[in-house]
Amino acid sequence: MLNKIYDWVDERLDITPIWRDIADHEVPEHVNPAHHFSAFVYCFGGLTFFVTVIQILSGMFLTMYYVPDIENAWESVYYLQNEVAFGEIVRGMHHWGASLVIVMMFLHTLRVFFTGSYKKPRELNWMVGVLIFAVMLGLGFTGYLLPWDMKALFATKVGIEIAASVPLLGGAIKTLLAGDEHIIGAQTLTRFFAIHVFFLPAALFALLAAHFIMIRRQGISGPL
Amino acid sequence: MSNNKVSRRQFLSYTLTGVGGFMAAGMLMPMVRFAVDPVLQKSAGGDFVLTDKKVADITEVPERVDFTFEQVDAWYKSDVTNTAWVYKEGDEIIALSPVCKHLGCTVNWEGDPAHKNQFFCPCHAGRYEKTGKNVPKTPPLGPLDQYEVRVNDGLLEIGKAIPNTLV
Ligand code: HEM
Ligand code: FES
Repeated sequence: MLNKIYDWVDERLDITPIWRDIADHEVPEHVNPAHHFSAFVYCFGGLTFFVTVIQILSGMFLTMYYVPDIENAWESVYYLQNEVAFGEIVRGMHHWGASLVIVMMFLHTLRVFFTGSYKKPRELNWMVGVLIFAVMLGLGFTGYLLPWDMKALFATKVGIEIAASVPLLGGAIKTLLAGDEHIIGAQTLTRFFAIHVFFLPAALFALLAAHFIMIRRQGISGPL
Repeated sequence: MSNNKVSRRQFLSYTLTGVGGFMAAGMLMPMVRFAVDPVLQKSAGGDFVLTDKKVADITEVPERVDFTFEQVDAWYKSDVTNTAWVYKEGDEIIALSPVCKHLGCTVNWEGDPAHKNQFFCPCHAGRYEKTGKNVPKTPPLGPLDQYEVRVNDGLLEIGKAIPNTLV
């Protein structure tokens, strides 16, 4: 049945080369854990992506109930966690995934470092990777405020004070992040929500695309 | 070996699809169930709300009675005011919902001076008899809903809306 549908479309649109070009490539022996078990370190990039997919999916579902408003944010998180079926699981995926994605990304970075894969011609992809790292930390920082509990509030106060300690520009950065010169409140929450859910994910998609296109062009770096 | 029906390649692709599908389902099932929860939650409510309408004051002419109750909308609680058209039919108290059965506007008793003794909906000129029965050839396709009623210490109490029992 599925085969027939595929053949019907393929006959008209010749879609096979499209996915072959993306999916069909050899896994070199030195990155295949079936050959050398230690090659499992090459899995961390894929695992980072896998957790990122979970973050994006669970985040999209959370926004069905979450409201970025200081009166209701905490209540809506409480409601979605305790009153909605599987709320604890879906919030749990996003909550724990946020930490796991950083761990995976860090292990992936270590692998790239110790295999020397950042060397010519892959310098650009290392730089893109550093930007992805920054965007991920940004997602973690902005997301942490959203439940609007005491922990979230004070973590954000501290984070914004750190940003404010930048010489000369500090004050402006603080106001830009918080949406107000003095108050960490209504405008901070809406900004952080917008950054968390629209701006940083958009930047992340662009960077991931660049990351993967470069990998396809250059291939995996050779064995040690 | 040569009469194997399933090749190594097929076996591998079946098991990988199976395990992958299982993992994807394990991931997606909680999220989908989370998203469709409003459809599956049984609606509470049905509590009677006390109005300030004295039963003795109710006449044969439908009269507007407002009643206010606390509505729990997920994490948001608020006081909501609804309306009923209330009249007596003999000893029986009738309370009709004002929500038009065409597209949900609000009907008024004798809202159109040209049609005495009828409910009128201003949106598309829908009309109903006093019992709530929709007048044929006007837009509504069914009769007005009815509220459950109860008397408490001489005052009217209004319950949940039910399908019209008069027509
Ligand atoms: C890789 C990307 C992401 C990371 C690292 C991340 C991280 C976080 C963190 C740390 C929290 C606080 C969770 C808690 O304390 O329970 C959070 C909350 C939240 N995130 Fe994300 N997030 C990511 C992507 C997204 C996306 C793409 C969306 C939506 C489209 C989203 C929507 C939300 C919402 C609505 C909340 C508040 C609900 C809650 O706190 O449970 N996130 N995120
Ligand atoms: S909504 Fe009442 S007639 Fe259309």
